[in-house]
Amino acid sequence: MKARVFVTLKPSVFDPQGKTIEDALHSLGYAGVGDVRQGKFFELDVAAATAEQAKALAAEVADKVLANPVIESYRVEVEQP
Amino acid sequence: MITFGIVVFPGSNCDHDAFHAASDVLGQHAEYLWHKDRDLKGADVVILPGGFAHGDYLRTGAIARFSPIMPAVMEFARRGGPVLGICNGFQVLLEAGLLPGAMLRNRDLRYHCEHVIVRVEHNDTPFTLTAARGQRLRLPIAHGEGNYFADAETVAELEATRRVIFRYCDERGDVTDAANPNGALNNIAGICNEARNVVGLMPHPERACEGVLGSADGRVMFESVVRALAHEGVVRTA
Repeated sequence: MKARVFVTLKPSVFDPQGKTIEDALHSLGYAGVGDVRQGKFFELDVAAATAEQAKALAAEVADKVLANPVIESYRVEVEQP
Repeated sequence: MITFGIVVFPGSNCDHDAFHAASDVLGQHAEYLWHKDRDLKGADVVILPGGFAHGDYLRTGAIARFSPIMPAVMEFARRGGPVLGICNGFQVLLEAGLLPGAMLRNRDLRYHCEHVIVRVEHNDTPFTLTAARGQRLRLPIAHGEGNYFADAETVAELEATRRVIFRYCDERGDVTDAANPNGALNNIAGICNEARNVVGLMPHPERACEGVLGSADGRVMFESVVRALAHEGVVRTA
């Protein structure tokens, strides 16, 4: 089963990369693009019997390894078979 | 003579500098500790050196903190053994939770490789014992992610408990924004844990132990730990 983990900086944490991308987009004329935040995306193949189990496993590795809770939060999605 | 244990992760590149400073400059004994080792080979002080452990993949220090050597380092720290994390080693200590906070990209997104000045804020740690409070050290930095961050509560606690050990400052010792190379909160260049035996800093004292290298100001940190161990006795893991 495939699980997707999206890791983003917490809203309170300044994202210099996102800000630089935002500035570049504005200089290209995309005035309609507001705040840009850069994050990370992980695709995991997980062995699980149910979507709930897959989600729990992905959340566990996100908590422990993929995200740093000091600066980042994460969201998990599981692709239904 | 004391033994410096210098942890070598795949991608460490200041391990030899730390070894040289401890052995050739200070005249102490030094041992490399491979990241897959599980014991500290009798080290009296452990250094996590600078570099790019595991290529900085995922986050700086994020993979290294799960190395087989780390449980022994954490137990050594818990028992009061002096542990110094330099640059990438500081990042590993943050990821391992031995020190609070995290590193963000430098605010200007640039990798900074230059000499900076830091002010010694407190000398009651094993790595600043022979330094004077307020002493300015000219040390090299080389990092892209040294922008120290922690939530407001944690930073307030670090300040209240006198755990900010080094701050970026100007030539006069004034802590200014212009003297801050990376955007670190409160100009934080280095901190210690609650028990004060674990210290992490972004600048490289091990690369500044001899005049020929442009500065010998880092030497005081190595001399300090030698003195600290002579006074307090040696902490060893079982």
